[in-house]
Amino acid sequence: MGEKNNMAYTKRFDGRKFDETRKITAKVGVVPNADGSAMFAFGDTVAIAAVYGPKQLHPQHMQNPEKGIMRVNYQMMSFSVSERIRPGPSKRSTEISKISEWALASSTLLGEFPNTVVDVHIMIPQADASTRCAGINAASLALAHAGVPMKDFVTSVSIGKMDKQMVVDVIKEEEDYEEGEGATDIAMSFMNRSGKLVHIQLDGKISHKELKEAVELGKKACKKIYEIQKKALKEVQENTGGKN
Amino acid sequence: MEEEINIEESHREIVIPGEIIVSGSDYLPGDGTKREGNDIVAYRYGLSDKNGKLIKIIPLSGVFIPRRGNVIIGRVNDITFNGWLTDIDSAISAFLPLSEVPRYIDKNNLSDFLDISDFFNAKITNVKSKGVDLTLEGKGLGKLEGGIIVKINPNKVPRVIGKEGSMIKLIKDETNCKITVGQNGIVWIRGENVEDELFAKKAINFVTDRTFISGLTDKVSKFLSEEKNGGKK
Repeated sequence: MGEKNNMAYTKRFDGRKFDETRKITAKVGVVPNADGSAMFAFGDTVAIAAVYGPKQLHPQHMQNPEKGIMRVNYQMMSFSVSERIRPGPSKRSTEISKISEWALASSTLLGEFPNTVVDVHIMIPQADASTRCAGINAASLALAHAGVPMKDFVTSVSIGKMDKQMVVDVIKEEEDYEEGEGATDIAMSFMNRSGKLVHIQLDGKISHKELKEAVELGKKACKKIYEIQKKALKEVQENTGGKN
Repeated sequence: MEEEINIEESHREIVIPGEIIVSGSDYLPGDGTKREGNDIVAYRYGLSDKNGKLIKIIPLSGVFIPRRGNVIIGRVNDITFNGWLTDIDSAISAFLPLSEVPRYIDKNNLSDFLDISDFFNAKITNVKSKGVDLTLEGKGLGKLEGGIIVKINPNKVPRVIGKEGSMIKLIKDETNCKITVGQNGIVWIRGENVEDELFAKKAINFVTDRTFISGLTDKVSKFLSEEKNGGKK
């Protein structure tokens, strides 16, 4: 992308506005056998989440007699990116699983279900950056659909800094941007009503002032995404067969 | 249970966790809601229901949560020296003690009455964090012999039963089957032949696929008569 006289990032690769997300698709009840499930997509990044439980936890030594626990499993499917990913857990997917778990656990209330587990499986069938954000959004929808008690609703978005320009919802091409100060990619999650930041990860370089700016931008973007999630949950009519 | 049946009658609305249902100090928070400052906030996904001052949430999805007094259908998992360990399709296991069976049973051969993988109809007497206790003492409780088992969402059980059992009575009469609906979403159907049983299963799935539609009993009655005529032709 080496334009001669144009160092600054003035136009996005896909022609979006700087504070615009990709086209968002959200659908609830996509996995008939799960207790709750949802699909969430940012353009070409697609995440499917399925929730099972609360159910009895084995092995027994992991049980907590005070409250239920949550396990999140994030996985990219081997065909989700152009270079085949070896299936199974990797360093990266284990980390994202744990991060998503912490982000979601800030809203769930599992005190009613001692000695049990809620299993959340996040699958990425197609990836174009921001997969963990799509994953958390899908998992939030699926947890709500499964009837898990929650005090708030978690929404996630990625904010990028291309050279000096802040952008919402980073795509792969932007992740690889190298002009000027290069690319910084910040994934963050908020609880909607309280506006609390429940997860933030940063990859790149950014100043204090700019980070605060990025968080504000992320909060605004999350409000918009939340409206779409809300609509998806309210629209789910009984189209998931007998079990759900 | 009766008040949960006619979903469409009052102005009920689907709410999502964290959503403010109403503001103001006039209301009281009920099941699935909590007061936060001046607002009543939904703590789970479902239909919000205003009953006078009380606001509660009727769940639409999720697993079965055992409550004392629920009549459920369970399956024997294991036999111990003084009772049966059973699966009632919930997060905690259920125990049916020998003393809760109102008939004589040979203590050395518990499997003569209920063997592993047998189904039975029982009532929940106690819910503890360790597990659920069951009893067979009561009308219509006991072993279920023959027939087929269908699983539905436990939150749709009130809809399948209908107002004062109108829906289930209609299906029973039209299909000539004995049907028992457990609160845990397990349904036992027994008819004269397999065709009748499968017909009843179809009717139950017809109901669970259309829980949001009003006047469902009439639609089911139409569906049943159409299916019957279609089968005969």
